[in-house]
Amino acid sequence: MKIKDMRWLQVTLAVALALILVTVAVAKVSINGGGATFPYPIYSKWFSEYNKLHPDVEINYVSQGSGFGIQQIQKQTVFFGATDGPMTPDQLLGAPGKVLHFPTVLGADVPVYNIPGVTAELKFTGPLLADIFLGKITKWNDPAIAKANAGVTLPNTDITVAHRSDGSGTTYIWVDYLAKVSLEWKKKVGVGTSVMWPVGLGGRGNEGVSSLVKQTPGAIGYVELIYALQNKIAYGSVQNANGEFVTASVNSVTACAAEAAAKMPADFRVSITNASGKGVYPISSFTWILLYENPKDKAMAKTFVDFMNWMLVDGQKFASGLGYAPLPPQVVTMEKEALKKVKLQ
Amino acid sequence: MNLRSLRRRITSHVMSFLCVLAVLVALVPLGFILFFVVSQGIGSINLDFFTQMPKPVGEAGGGMANAIMGTLIVCGLGALFAIPIGIMSGIYVAQAAGSQRANTVRFAADILNGIPSIVIGVFVYAVAVSPFKQFTALAGGIALGIMMIPLIARTTEEMVRMVPGTMLEGALALGATRSRAMVTVVLPSALPGIVTGVVLALARIAGETAPLLFTASNSRYWSTNLAQPISTLPTQVFAYATGPYDDWHRQAWAGALVLICLVLFCSIMARLATRRLERMQTGQ
Amino acid sequence: MSRRRISAGDFLFQSGISSFALVLVFVVAAIGIVLCYQSLPTIREFGFNFWRTQTWDPVLGEFGALPFIWGTLYSSLLALLIATPISIGVAIFISELCPQQLKHYLVFLTELLAAVPSIVYGMWGIFVLVPAVRTMEGWTPEWLRSFPLFSGPRVGVSMLSAALILAVMVIPFTSSVAREVLKAVPLAQRETAYALGATRWEVTKIVLHYARVGIVGSIMLGLGRAFGETMAVIMVIGNTPQLSLSLFAPQYTMAGVIANEFVEAANDLHISALIEIGFVLFIVTFVINAGSRLLIWGMTHQRKQAVAVVKESVEPAA
Repeated sequence: MKIKDMRWLQVTLAVALALILVTVAVAKVSINGGGATFPYPIYSKWFSEYNKLHPDVEINYVSQGSGFGIQQIQKQTVFFGATDGPMTPDQLLGAPGKVLHFPTVLGADVPVYNIPGVTAELKFTGPLLADIFLGKITKWNDPAIAKANAGVTLPNTDITVAHRSDGSGTTYIWVDYLAKVSLEWKKKVGVGTSVMWPVGLGGRGNEGVSSLVKQTPGAIGYVELIYALQNKIAYGSVQNANGEFVTASVNSVTACAAEAAAKMPADFRVSITNASGKGVYPISSFTWILLYENPKDKAMAKTFVDFMNWMLVDGQKFASGLGYAPLPPQVVTMEKEALKKVKLQ
Repeated sequence: MNLRSLRRRITSHVMSFLCVLAVLVALVPLGFILFFVVSQGIGSINLDFFTQMPKPVGEAGGGMANAIMGTLIVCGLGALFAIPIGIMSGIYVAQAAGSQRANTVRFAADILNGIPSIVIGVFVYAVAVSPFKQFTALAGGIALGIMMIPLIARTTEEMVRMVPGTMLEGALALGATRSRAMVTVVLPSALPGIVTGVVLALARIAGETAPLLFTASNSRYWSTNLAQPISTLPTQVFAYATGPYDDWHRQAWAGALVLICLVLFCSIMARLATRRLERMQTGQ
Repeated sequence: MSRRRISAGDFLFQSGISSFALVLVFVVAAIGIVLCYQSLPTIREFGFNFWRTQTWDPVLGEFGALPFIWGTLYSSLLALLIATPISIGVAIFISELCPQQLKHYLVFLTELLAAVPSIVYGMWGIFVLVPAVRTMEGWTPEWLRSFPLFSGPRVGVSMLSAALILAVMVIPFTSSVAREVLKAVPLAQRETAYALGATRWEVTKIVLHYARVGIVGSIMLGLGRAFGETMAVIMVIGNTPQLSLSLFAPQYTMAGVIANEFVEAANDLHISALIEIGFVLFIVTFVINAGSRLLIWGMTHQRKQAVAVVKESVEPAA
């Protein structure tokens, strides 16, 4: 191989170098955010739609769990965070500036399962779910499950619990509910975006848990409704505080939201699990975007606030198509006011 | 006596058979993997895959154009970073062979080679991401570059060593300074082998995921901006493979196929080049 | 002879290459120092207890890394158990038993096995290996299930899957280094043995014995590789921090927990704990690599020098 034969190689290298050195500084605003996997499908839709309307605005979202969102916003490696578990007072203190919570949509955690031979929709009571996730109930044909599901033949399969291995708002919503319906859970495990699970396998993100349940016969897990729908995984109904067995849907979550709107605190940090009311799905929750009150990059702040305002009106139209409930009108009004607090100068 | 020699011969044959079995067992997974990647991925390799961006979550279709571009950029950065350091180190060790310093450098290269890629990712996060509070393609390039250095250094050292001493001596006899002789006579001779080494190193790190997880992160957009997160083929394949959507799995297999083809291509090229070199060497 | 003048060009060239070479050494040192420095908070907080406690609870701030050491050790040793005989067999075949024409292709194929990216192994792991292992686990007879080695629910993502995939990834590594080591054994050793009437296997035994130090080195290198493997393992091991003897139980490795938890470590102590795990990985692979290189290098280098001396005396330089 002679040197002159490598001319083509030299040319290729030169072209590659040129490509690399051309850092595109086109007047594009690139905003980075990350966090919850719970709302990822709707966020991804929003950013894509907004990009169609404003091609110079690229909002990049890394879906790696609410824990990621909270941590990265604290360290300011992202412009905005996203979480379905509101930041704790400690976490808020850990941020170098004031962090504001802005609810975007409402969603639901559903109990998904994969039981060979069972196609019926199973009914779960709160305490039943707690006992399964505590590891006290280990087989699908346990009398406690059978009691709630008369008429369904349940096999003698082992129950494999699937939970989140990463810091997760979806987890937060789930364990927040379990702690409210089971004293034992509250004492033994507690509430948080990451807990010491008594039993089960861990998956990353809603995506990971969905995969786990889909691929493991006998598995039960918890995911956001859209993940169950899009991946065609069976999910059960849950008994609400009124005693009704309610299936998660846009309607049942919207019913929960209507209840919550009246009691919405000024900083928007509220838990609405185990709510009572007709047709209310008990494991519903808001999901929030985290923004600094005084962001460093004002241009980005302006662009993002514009996006948020779009989201509150036009964006909400996409919610129900993806299984999320839109924000109640009272909350939208409150939020538009709250957005003005973000310092753009 | 006859019985004993028979036993010895049988043992020998049995052990040879076991060795053949070992080879087959070792190659079966390779065949298996190649078969699966090709059969699952080939259907999804179409123009869309190479030209389209990822679609919003849950929607079918889209492609990995941005990931492919990102891999090119990040590998290019890594090469930019690693080639000078790797080649110079290789020359140094070849020149000063046997000295304490050369041994230290070679030792360091071996150690660097053995450091798990995740540890290198953590290191680059600590020095290039955390202080700037930003995931960047540049940081990803640095991480990959660090992994390439020992590979390039070792091939360079071997290639320079392989150049017959007579060539260097001839140049020196004609009055060239040592450095002149190195640069104008020895290096050009070793260059084909060095280039092969670089290509192999590139193929090796093009498929690395772990060091990119906390440096270049990921992105769903087309980006050539070095100061922003960037999508790369392995991270995208990882995200899709561990996701629940069947459409994502399909695309992940296609991505895996692209990666394997890249590796296969570079390995074959390198092998052919080495064979040619060996023949040239023995022919002398 | 007059004092040798060093030309400016030479000086520049020498300092140029030596400074780049220095960068290499500097990078290695920097990795160790930075990792150590960033682990200090955890070291101050937990000391050695970090490595003895089982509880890994980021929420409560309790960090015990024992499950991860267990997972890494168990999976790597299992992988080594499976891979070593196969790798040695492959190395023997290629260097001693193989017909010349086949050699190039076999070497190429083992190189290919080494070049397959980890993520592709992982994908094959999730979609092919894990379901297969799950089915296999389902076949275990009841009496076997009472042993701790085979106990627990059978989910597929488990220590067994991890060990299998690691073994496949380690084989090309160990076998290629072992092959180099066997190549370094002087031909004279084999020829004398054949001359004395030894069978193929007996000659191989002699060669192996001669190269035993280097072979151990190659096995150690394989161990180092298994220790650090991340992507393929996290996709098939189940990522559950628990100490379990069972092959069927999902477990967690050191590299795995770093990959999964690093970007969303919720507080500085958590990050520091993960970095300390990374630091220990660094130290361990450092020691293993240094040790094995010394063994292999010592063996091949000495013999090469000895052979060179013998060759020189027998065939005067042309």
